[in-house]
Amino acid sequence: MLRQEGSAIYLSISDRNGGKKDLASADLSPAGPRGKPFRLSPVILCLGLVSMLTDVSSESVSAILPLYITGFLGLSTIAFGILDGINQGASAIVRIAASHASDRLGRPKGVALAGYGLSMLARIGLLFASGFWALTGVVTADRIGKGIRTAPRDALIAVSAQPEYLARHFGVHRMLDNIGAASGPLLAFFILMLVPNGYGIVFVVSLAFAAVGVAALALLVPNLKTGAPGGSKPAGKTGPAWGFRWRLLREPGIGRLLVAAGILGLLTVGDGFIYLVLQDRDSFAVQWFPLLYVGTNVVFLVLAVPLGRLADRWGKARVFVAGHVALLACYLLAAAPLGGLGPTVACLVLLGAFYAATDGVLAALASQLTPPDKLATGLGAAQTVVALSRMAASAGFGVLWFALGPSTAMTVVGSCLAAAVAASWFILRGGLRQRTAV
Amino acid sequence: MTPAGSTPRWGILLLVTALVIAAAGTYAAIAFGRFQESMAAASSARVASGVAELTKATVLFRNTASGQGYGMIGSVPLSEPAGARSLTDVACDRVYGTLQDIVCLKTNRGLVTNFEAVLLDPDWQQTRSWAVPGIPSRTRMNTDGSLVATTVFVTGHSYGSAGFSTETSITAAQGGGGTGSLEDFALLVNGTRITAADRNIWGVTFVPGQSDTFYATAASSGRIWLVKGSISARTLTAVHDGVECPSISPDGTRIAYKKNTGGPLAAHWRVALLDLATGTETVLSEQRSVDDQIEWLDDQTLLYGLARDGAAGDSDIWQINVDPASRSALYIEHAWSPSVVR
Repeated sequence: MLRQEGSAIYLSISDRNGGKKDLASADLSPAGPRGKPFRLSPVILCLGLVSMLTDVSSESVSAILPLYITGFLGLSTIAFGILDGINQGASAIVRIAASHASDRLGRPKGVALAGYGLSMLARIGLLFASGFWALTGVVTADRIGKGIRTAPRDALIAVSAQPEYLARHFGVHRMLDNIGAASGPLLAFFILMLVPNGYGIVFVVSLAFAAVGVAALALLVPNLKTGAPGGSKPAGKTGPAWGFRWRLLREPGIGRLLVAAGILGLLTVGDGFIYLVLQDRDSFAVQWFPLLYVGTNVVFLVLAVPLGRLADRWGKARVFVAGHVALLACYLLAAAPLGGLGPTVACLVLLGAFYAATDGVLAALASQLTPPDKLATGLGAAQTVVALSRMAASAGFGVLWFALGPSTAMTVVGSCLAAAVAASWFILRGGLRQRTAV
Repeated sequence: MTPAGSTPRWGILLLVTALVIAAAGTYAAIAFGRFQESMAAASSARVASGVAELTKATVLFRNTASGQGYGMIGSVPLSEPAGARSLTDVACDRVYGTLQDIVCLKTNRGLVTNFEAVLLDPDWQQTRSWAVPGIPSRTRMNTDGSLVATTVFVTGHSYGSAGFSTETSITAAQGGGGTGSLEDFALLVNGTRITAADRNIWGVTFVPGQSDTFYATAASSGRIWLVKGSISARTLTAVHDGVECPSISPDGTRIAYKKNTGGPLAAHWRVALLDLATGTETVLSEQRSVDDQIEWLDDQTLLYGLARDGAAGDSDIWQINVDPASRSALYIEHAWSPSVVR
């Protein structure tokens, strides 16, 4: 009975994808996901391109916004820092509401489009905003747009991907996404290099990228259905409840995943602090500060697909936990009394590997463990847990930093993370064992 | 509906893309043309011929007049501040100096944009430089030019974050280190050490004639203090509330500062004075919000920069007498970051 339910779901997914009927049996074979060749879904390629364009748009503005606000408009920025916390909280609430709406509608595209559209409108606002409140409104609108779109977009990826290559498909998306994130700042600084006060040009170019991104989403991405199989049949009502379907899967349950991700998130202190530790001991890192972000993003985009493939073969939970081991290594390297280029670059590689092993893989895990009629909600929940726990981690780490000094604080958090890695592995394995017992 | 969409949809997308690229490209080309025109154009301010000379009784500033020389260090004699300005070929965001040394905080634009503090000799030649970790905000030098204080905005710790904080440090001008970040100094308020993580320090002013003592602003948990700092003891001791960007008078008796009369988010900064002996505060008549570290022209007159209405990237330096009844007046047009060379 349970198995049939599961196969029906995968059948419906592969149907939407123009796939073949033998997909379900391939997925249910315990031998693993090598029965069928990988075929990149054009929907995911389109979504990746949309994300790439949108990231060029948003990251080009983010990179120069501080310079614009302080250097050009002459506004003090401390107040923007205060608002940032409020924004992040608001973004979490919006994210939950948007993923819920996406599941209620059963078609995530409209919700995602609204999110991308709002961020595009914020770019238009940027051309006219010059006061504190106007800029705050624009930045908040952009954040809310991002909060709205992420979960429904990942839901679209999840229903378009071959189930046995889920993490790899997310990897392809994250790779394209990060190409945009890495090139946006370079584009913005290139424009400012040609025209030192050319902030207006950056904003217009950013708007252009956002507009093409929204148009590509509206025109090229089909209005796919998520939710229970059987299309418009009332199957949604009788669809599997929370915690029901995971027993069919090779991975532990969503509840355990959220707990594990939350624990690990509480010990993920944010790149900013790692960069600060590197800057603290090394003038090289001060000089090339902006490149630290680009470096991390480049490693992320290079490793996103290989680590996605690894996750599909070796287990997504394993790769997710292993990614935190890379983060742990990065902490210890940053805490060690080493200076110079080598350790700094090694830190960036480990940090990029951490993101590549956790970001798309978490989305793949969450979508796999969530009943189809709650797909966006599951994805949104995982993203919200990670965002909020990391926010708490950064706040807590700030206190530790001042109480103990950067190196000791890093070591302390590293030790806690080592324990958390073990604990989360135990939690996720508990789910695995539960599954095998069924 | 196939995932790739039908041909008309691709056609529409290509059309939209072409239109958007054409529009953005046209805008960028026009803006680039205007920029080149303005770079080639004569300065919108009167410029004296020859390179500026660093002499007594002058005001150094950042020239913000459009045209040639935008962003460069300029100077005018105290005797004729509204007259023709002399320019250098050194670009600075903030400048401060004595008769022997000048400190210049600058943004190095490039694919990797970074920021540095540069020391200049009286011939405007660079003698030393070091990287600073953010966007230039304030800089000061002590009377004999041996110490340099810098405040920068540490810009977001990730591209996506708009969170900002300040980093302030004091550096020995002749090399040999400095204080490191002043956040590592012990911050004492009413005898209690504040260890909250959100401490921020900005706006150092050196007490004339003393090599160890300075004043600065410290903030934590929404509270703001005037702190008296000791370099040797590595302490910051709160001496007054609500004083931002202090600037001590040449005679060392009063502090000019910006006082926030608005809220923490919608700040409105009034120009105010604090008498250090009595603790008396006086708010001056300037109604506009002044976001600058004030400079003393002499023991009776203050200078500060204000953004020019309707001309982003341009500003003026204003003066006001310390008498609360007096009104502000324009001092140097198209200028920013005044520094009086005594």
